[in-house]
Amino acid sequence: MSSLLYDAQGPRAKRRNLLYSALFLAVAALVLWWVIGSLAEKDQLDWEKWQPFTDGRTWTTYIWPGLENTLLAAALAMVIALPLGAILGIARLSDHKLVRGVAGTIVEFFRAIPVLILMLFANAVYAGFSGISSDNRPLYAVVTGLVLYNASVLAEIVRAGILSLPKGQSEAAMAIGLRKGQTMRSVLLPQSVTAMLPAIVSQLVVIVKDTALGGALLTFPELMSTISTMSGFNGNIFASFIVVALIFIAINYALTTFAGRLEARLRRGKKSTGAVVGADAAAALSTPGESAGPDGSGGG
Amino acid sequence: MFDFLEGYDLLGAFWVTVQLTVLSALGSLIWGTVLAGMRVGPIPLMRGFGSAYVNFVRNIPLTIIIVFTSLGLNQTMGVTLGAEEFDSINFRLAVLGLVAYTSAFVCEALRSGINTVPVGQAEAARALGLRFTQVLTLIILPQAFRAVVAPLANVLIALTKNTTVAAAIGVAEAAFLMKGMIENEANTLLIGAVFAFGFVCLTLPTGLLLGWVSKKVAVKR
Repeated sequence: MSSLLYDAQGPRAKRRNLLYSALFLAVAALVLWWVIGSLAEKDQLDWEKWQPFTDGRTWTTYIWPGLENTLLAAALAMVIALPLGAILGIARLSDHKLVRGVAGTIVEFFRAIPVLILMLFANAVYAGFSGISSDNRPLYAVVTGLVLYNASVLAEIVRAGILSLPKGQSEAAMAIGLRKGQTMRSVLLPQSVTAMLPAIVSQLVVIVKDTALGGALLTFPELMSTISTMSGFNGNIFASFIVVALIFIAINYALTTFAGRLEARLRRGKKSTGAVVGADAAAALSTPGESAGPDGSGGG
Repeated sequence: MFDFLEGYDLLGAFWVTVQLTVLSALGSLIWGTVLAGMRVGPIPLMRGFGSAYVNFVRNIPLTIIIVFTSLGLNQTMGVTLGAEEFDSINFRLAVLGLVAYTSAFVCEALRSGINTVPVGQAEAARALGLRFTQVLTLIILPQAFRAVVAPLANVLIALTKNTTVAAAIGVAEAAFLMKGMIENEANTLLIGAVFAFGFVCLTLPTGLLLGWVSKKVAVKR
């Protein structure tokens, strides 16, 4: 589509585009020159600020332990939130009004609240009403916050996945005499799992990113907070933040690309029903107030 | 029952949240539209810049961006964005970080909206002799915007929730107040309920209202 917004370029248009490219490059170069200049002025480009990252100890003391905690929290949150989300999502499709209502209220409520608020609240509750030691408390609080929020997002993904299946699937299951539970277990869920995979993978990106909240506000020793500690020690905040950002980009870009490939593959696939809850849909489903459409996409 | 609220400026904190949301929403709408224009435009260099920006920024945690504006830009580089007091410097830095982050999502929403406009619209515009900028601003974007009210509403709601991250650099918004109150008061459950209620009040009506608007303005095809 994008290439259809403009014609194939003739000689004049080519010259004009070349001029615009040159202008853009000039502006970009100016900005870059200014940034590098002011960085150099504050001694941020000195080798000693970057040198710690060539030292193995930096990685073993700060970066790996932090990364481990980040991935641990993300993995725990995902593993707990998935079954919880599946239950809530299926409950929202229940035939009983009460079950539907309760599940719907839970899902809408937790989608409407910022993860940070949930984490702060969980931390306070664990501090006041449980015997969890203060060393473990940040991890518990971070995982609880992530689970509450992401379980409700995953519930919407599950619901959208099941709704995206052709109606004939459940009708056929009913026709051969399967019960509601059997229909769900052996016909609808297996098919919708493939349809939901891209959205689930891209939800992982959100979880990985949100672990950084625990580092900033709950003293959870994840990647960002261990590197902040180190940068305070070495006085190389700029270099450290660039390195930590690059690590996050590498992980999340890999996940995003994987989700995209998976989606493209499922859409092409002939074996499935062809119904897909896309990676973009995850973002749409993470906000309250709108119910999931049949194909789960907010656009159009 | 609610006397623990005395001495805390609850409304003030939520007002800061609203201000952060509105200012960042305006900023990211503008910058996100520019980015989307670059990404669908004819100049390869700008297309490359647009997609690199989006792919980099949306994969960095917002927390890192916001903390970086304070530690990196302000404390290391001395950037103050024209403000003098501590409070307003951090407020503006938070808006800067939120705009930088949210525009990536606005850009993607808008690009998906551009894809919903039928090819014939652009073809007809080009047949009339309009140039790329004219095709985009007169024909495509007005239709694309009406198609993406719902996705943009999602971005706006996510932004409302994301403003809580500004607590990481000491902006006195709702999450910051909640953190302070939890430390000083015993009513953990009630405090949690009050702030949860506040955010439900902010986000649910926005979602419902904009969902209605999106049905209202959608181009019927």
